[in-house]
Amino acid sequence: MGLAGCRRAVAKLRLVSRFEEAGSALENQSAMKAEDVHWVDEPTIGLWEAMYVPAILGGLATTLRHAFQKPVTQEYPEVAPDLPPNYRGVHRLNRDAQGRVKCVACMLCATVCPAHCIDIIGDQAPWADRDKYPTKFEIDELRCIYCGMCEQACPVDAIELTSIYDLTGVSREELIYDREKLLIIYDQTKDNPKDPIRTTGGTLGPAAKILGAISPPTTNTKC
Amino acid sequence: MAIVTINGQDVEIGDNERLNVIQAAKRIGVEIPHYCWHPALSVVASCRMCLVELGEKKPDGSVSMQPKLAPACQMPAKHGTVVVTDSTKVKQAQATNLEYLLLNHPLDCPTCDQAGECFLQDYSYRFGRSASRMEEPKILRADKPSIGDQITLFTDRCVMCTRCVRFTRELSGTSELQVINRGALAEIDIYPGQPCNNKLAGNVVDLCPVGALCSKDFLYKQRVWWLKTRESVCPNCSTGCSITVDQNEEHVYRLRPRSNPQAQGHFMCDEGRFGFKYVHAAERLTRPAIKNESVSTNGNGEVAPDWSRILGRVRQVFSQHTEEDPNGVAAIFSPWMTCEDAYLLASWLRSLSPAVRLALGPIPIVGEDDLYPKDWRGEPVQPPRFVIRAEKCPNRRGVEAVLKHFQQAEVEIGALFDDARAGKLHAAQVVHPGPGGWLNGDQITALARVPFLVVQGLLKSDLSDAAQVVLPGASFAEKDGTFVNHAGLAQMIKRSIRCPAEGYTDARIFMELAGHTGLFNARLLRQEMAREIPHFAAFAAGDLGDQGVRLDASVASQEVAAR
Repeated sequence: MGLAGCRRAVAKLRLVSRFEEAGSALENQSAMKAEDVHWVDEPTIGLWEAMYVPAILGGLATTLRHAFQKPVTQEYPEVAPDLPPNYRGVHRLNRDAQGRVKCVACMLCATVCPAHCIDIIGDQAPWADRDKYPTKFEIDELRCIYCGMCEQACPVDAIELTSIYDLTGVSREELIYDREKLLIIYDQTKDNPKDPIRTTGGTLGPAAKILGAISPPTTNTKC
Repeated sequence: MAIVTINGQDVEIGDNERLNVIQAAKRIGVEIPHYCWHPALSVVASCRMCLVELGEKKPDGSVSMQPKLAPACQMPAKHGTVVVTDSTKVKQAQATNLEYLLLNHPLDCPTCDQAGECFLQDYSYRFGRSASRMEEPKILRADKPSIGDQITLFTDRCVMCTRCVRFTRELSGTSELQVINRGALAEIDIYPGQPCNNKLAGNVVDLCPVGALCSKDFLYKQRVWWLKTRESVCPNCSTGCSITVDQNEEHVYRLRPRSNPQAQGHFMCDEGRFGFKYVHAAERLTRPAIKNESVSTNGNGEVAPDWSRILGRVRQVFSQHTEEDPNGVAAIFSPWMTCEDAYLLASWLRSLSPAVRLALGPIPIVGEDDLYPKDWRGEPVQPPRFVIRAEKCPNRRGVEAVLKHFQQAEVEIGALFDDARAGKLHAAQVVHPGPGGWLNGDQITALARVPFLVVQGLLKSDLSDAAQVVLPGASFAEKDGTFVNHAGLAQMIKRSIRCPAEGYTDARIFMELAGHTGLFNARLLRQEMAREIPHFAAFAAGDLGDQGVRLDASVASQEVAAR
């Protein structure tokens, strides 16, 4: 019994005993029974196998097979990856129809954020049709875990995640995105077919068309 | 004793108690929702939220119920009253009523400051229905930010409970607020050009069960679910209103009154409500310092902590001077100090020498006691329901009691200033954990002649400039302690935030000066004070509860027991 065979046997023994542990934990059994242990003998290796020729040929065959297949690797960064439409990348702050920041500084995103990376200061809005707006809106993109809960919590669809994933910077401060930076990301991504406005006023926006046959909610959202 | 049956459960009500059905139900944990009723205001029964099934138990044991629902706030809980709050009929009435109140209520909870402590939200969640059947557009009414200097009105959020109107009529007596128009168009308003600026105006914000009346000072500063709340006592006058301090991330955002029938009732004045700003003033002292001494830095250029060195120097100079001439050593106590702080400082100085003079500093008296409600001439109506005291400090009686224990003869503060002026004082410690403007220019000039003047306080001022040693102390929000109000009611204040920068709490400074080991524990110190000082016998439990304890009563009962 060679070394490889011995390892296999021990691995199998470990596997068996692990299943046994799980089972005993479940059924509250105390000890492993002797019949649960399966000893495995090492397969006998002849001269042909000992020369490694079949293994080398098998490896070469795999290489040859892949040489004629479509490659699965991506030529990043020369070729951009094809991301799914619900990809969660860098945030943006949407604008309303008049081009103002859509956010009403309700701080629900900052409340729900599990990484505490959103910092908002609200104040009286200078516009007649709005009560409150953010004077400061900062997201620490380094601290963010891109879970997308801010997007779900937002009652006015102001914060959304885009498909931008390759953010770099030479300092930590550079990657704390303020209100203006987040609005610029909106300007840059709003016409990108990958980053449509995801919802509009409670119903799914253009993003629904990309995602396919998801019908907009029909319930009355008025209260 | 009256027995009221609520949802089949009997509630006992004392002979001298006058409760309505809402209060009786609360006693067994049954909540009857209500907007317009408030224990301190008259009953109008206009919101219709507290409708319940009422009936009467006849002497023969039979129960006769009223055919229609009746408001619980208006119904006195008398013997034999039968109340049902959980029947389908009541639940339907509650849901329908909430739907009606929400007809024209805007859906702006995300930007509303009340969200999180709003009774419309809470009751809708618990008693209401999730969707509205309203098809027509909502009636929009313009906001009224000019309704008062400290308050603003979001007209369309109002549910017309008229608590604010009744408050200005019954508590402040100034009657600025009123209801204009009728029906769906009714709104709260003021007489043109006469804003609601009375000294109790801030209370209408607390009274408002929804987000209609908001405080301009707090508006959009924080979401309420971030605030951490602790019970405390307002330090602005000797009424000693029970309050809560609401803070987040070491910043106090607002003070709110807390109901305490022993102290002030349900409310507080605007002077106290907005008078805490000095806690976060830019002039706060941040590190201990000795005059004309360069700041020591470590190898990285950072300023090294100086506390132990400076306190050691204070201790050494004070004991040296006490040995030479104990009459030339004095301490001036501020009426903003807690009883515990005063006790620690007095016991340290007395341990140096019984001849050290301890004096209570000047008591700030501004005008006269301001009694509410007022009549239409502005004269107070008897009996007063709320008093803003002229004595603008929280703890004169407490500090007096401590000093009286340590020295039988009271030291005149005027004589102390005269001695300072004459150069007879060699070392003095002035402790003032309160706002600026306590000592006047003459007094500060007199103290500036003391060769070793230690000033322990909050703010940089002429007094701290005159000092040889400056020790940054703690404000009322930064420490544990006890205040004794004008009527001898001792209430606990609790630490809400930390001292800014390198500040120490006053008690810690005194403990280190006295060479005590361990940490300051207000509860244990109160127990020690109860053993040492008969006046503070009521501190024996250590914990004074939410409502505080009366010192005089305990002294009186002790005297009775002694006899």
